[in-house]
Amino acid sequence: MGEPGTKEVLNLEDLEVSGGIRTGRKHILSILVENKPGVLARIAGLFARRGFNIDSLAVGATDDTSISRITLTVDGAAHPIDQVTKQLHKLVHVIKIRDLEPEETVARELALFKISCQDGDARAQVMQFTEIFRGKTVDVSKRSVTVEITGTDDKIEAFESMVRPFGLIELIRTGEIAVARGRSAT
Amino acid sequence: MRAVDAIMECLKSEGVDHVFGIPGGANLPTYDALYDAGLRHVQCRHEQGAGHAAEGYAKASGKVGVALATSGPGATNLVTAIADAVMDSVPTVFLTGQVRTDLIGTDGFQEADISGITMPIVKHSILIQDPREIPTAIHEAFHVARSGRPGPVLVDIPQDLSRADIPYEPVASVHLPGYQPTTEGNIKQIRLAAKALANARRPVIYGGGGIVNANAAKEFRELCGSDRFPVTCTLMGLGSFPADDDQWLGMPGMHGTRTANYSMDEADLIVAIGARFDDRVTGKLSEFAPRAKFIHVDVDPAEISKNVPAHIPIVGDAKNILPKLTAEYRALGADSSRLEGWWQRIKGWQEKHPLGYEETADAEIKPQYMIQAMFEATDGQAIVTSDVGQHQMWAAQYYGFTRPRQWINSGGLGTMGFGLPSALGAKVACPDQDVVCLAGDGSLIMTVQELATCVDEAIPVKVFLMNNGYLGMVRQWQELFWDRRYSSVKMGGSPDWVKLAEAFGARGMRISDKSELVDGFKEALAEEGPVLVDVHVSKEENCYPMIPAGQAARDMVG
Repeated sequence: MGEPGTKEVLNLEDLEVSGGIRTGRKHILSILVENKPGVLARIAGLFARRGFNIDSLAVGATDDTSISRITLTVDGAAHPIDQVTKQLHKLVHVIKIRDLEPEETVARELALFKISCQDGDARAQVMQFTEIFRGKTVDVSKRSVTVEITGTDDKIEAFESMVRPFGLIELIRTGEIAVARGRSAT
Repeated sequence: MRAVDAIMECLKSEGVDHVFGIPGGANLPTYDALYDAGLRHVQCRHEQGAGHAAEGYAKASGKVGVALATSGPGATNLVTAIADAVMDSVPTVFLTGQVRTDLIGTDGFQEADISGITMPIVKHSILIQDPREIPTAIHEAFHVARSGRPGPVLVDIPQDLSRADIPYEPVASVHLPGYQPTTEGNIKQIRLAAKALANARRPVIYGGGGIVNANAAKEFRELCGSDRFPVTCTLMGLGSFPADDDQWLGMPGMHGTRTANYSMDEADLIVAIGARFDDRVTGKLSEFAPRAKFIHVDVDPAEISKNVPAHIPIVGDAKNILPKLTAEYRALGADSSRLEGWWQRIKGWQEKHPLGYEETADAEIKPQYMIQAMFEATDGQAIVTSDVGQHQMWAAQYYGFTRPRQWINSGGLGTMGFGLPSALGAKVACPDQDVVCLAGDGSLIMTVQELATCVDEAIPVKVFLMNNGYLGMVRQWQELFWDRRYSSVKMGGSPDWVKLAEAFGARGMRISDKSELVDGFKEALAEEGPVLVDVHVSKEENCYPMIPAGQAARDMVG
């Protein structure tokens, strides 16, 4: 394609589309927002009315009390991610959005598994898996064990598939939070 | 200073001189401050009317329109106008009263969570929680409403906070870290666009309401005139390019001209400027302009590649970008003769498919003729507002707008009842111009109470009612696509429009003979006060041509 600064002829056939493309992968969006009333409702409402699905959502304070961080994950196979971020940018209280690259990101989620353990054998096996996954046993009753697992969603799903045969009473997940690798701010 | 008096100071420093609204319990303090603030308040008869009047005022003047309403039902009555303003990017500020802070959340009398209700339909909204924030909030509201892609901003003010005594200092500037609209346009992209234009053999320039909002009609015309580019404008962009120019193709879309639609269909390059490829323009998206590459200029980055993928996106204000694009294009010295073949093809369509309708030999008034008579009686110079339906499309086809802000209608939301209140707002903004509301009988009845406002506030709008006794566009669809099962589309004989106009204190006229139409309109225009002209037109005329919903441009019928 001709460089913009030259008089070289530009062949229309060579022009390629920008934007509106589905990437086909999971995206972690890290969003800095002003800590104002209704800001989460605005973001959730935007997703609802534009027909975008939120896969997970985590909200928390930052080191600056006037600013909060929202980390949400979106499926780039189902939605054009640039449209999602551009619509988010239109909200006046949204200060910054970063679409975190998976290789350059440390992502963590915490999950609590309440697992049915009918006998000591089952309990021993569950606790062994917990150790392999570097989890923690946080509660035990006669017929159940509650385990805390921290990690990426892949790790949590892997643990889930291991313990599901014992009988999963409950699974509670926080939603992923993420930080960019290296020195620069997320 | 009372917070409400500070609000008046803020409004004045924002250049506001007219506001529209209705008082009630929760905004009593605001109305007390308004009493001697030196602003003209137009007391409307329904908050929806006040909202549309503010829109009409904004669309006619380019300034921010302001509407006031009380809490609860007053505020919810604004909802349609707010939704209308967001769809058509109308710079508006809505100030609502809210119940006292100790009543919020208790289902207090006339309590409605209006900031929650309107969240999906505002550009921005502010619920006041501390009276000291009020002046800044008002200025933020105006800044957000008018900058970037304009839109409605709601400020909801609890009654007790509006009475608070606050220290007031004029606010010099607003600081919104998350709101920084891009206005300049990337020069590399502009150069690329100029080259694409220079290389295109079948280009079409497609302008939208963004040109009007950016006050960039002059710059738009210069770009179009920098070569013999074929030009089309959306319903919202009509008037940006003169309809009597020989580069004009007519409006595109569902009821556009065949020439405009076929040109888009065969174009190799479409330059969209402040237009958003609405479904009423594109028809079936997958078959829209299949041979074209797209240059998309818009101040809202989210519009780019939303419906149609852009090959050369340019984000920014049309007023800044267009002169640069024109200059870059001129510098390339492109050979105009490359467009010769394209124009021959276009002229073929223009000759074969001009807009037209069957005239009648008797006195019957064809609706299309009514628009032509309106044009004749007003010299084509009136500001025309419209309701929504067949009459709106006929006006878009036959009035031939030649300047921006001359055509005021509800495009995106398609709000019936928009015409009369927006006309009164436009007349307040432009008292020296003729303002005609082209109404439909189905639409006018929805907001007809605003005739009282026109009479009481001496706002001499002229309502030209296209009366066919039907919800005409719905009837047309039932005829064409639903086996003529006319379900609930007949308007019957009520009201008697002449008597209704007279009851409001306006003049009423009735015309059913086409030979009397032009003179009748002239008589109405010459009248000092508001006039309603009830024009009886052919009952079952269809609006053609049309692209049936979900089909492509080349499938046009009629």
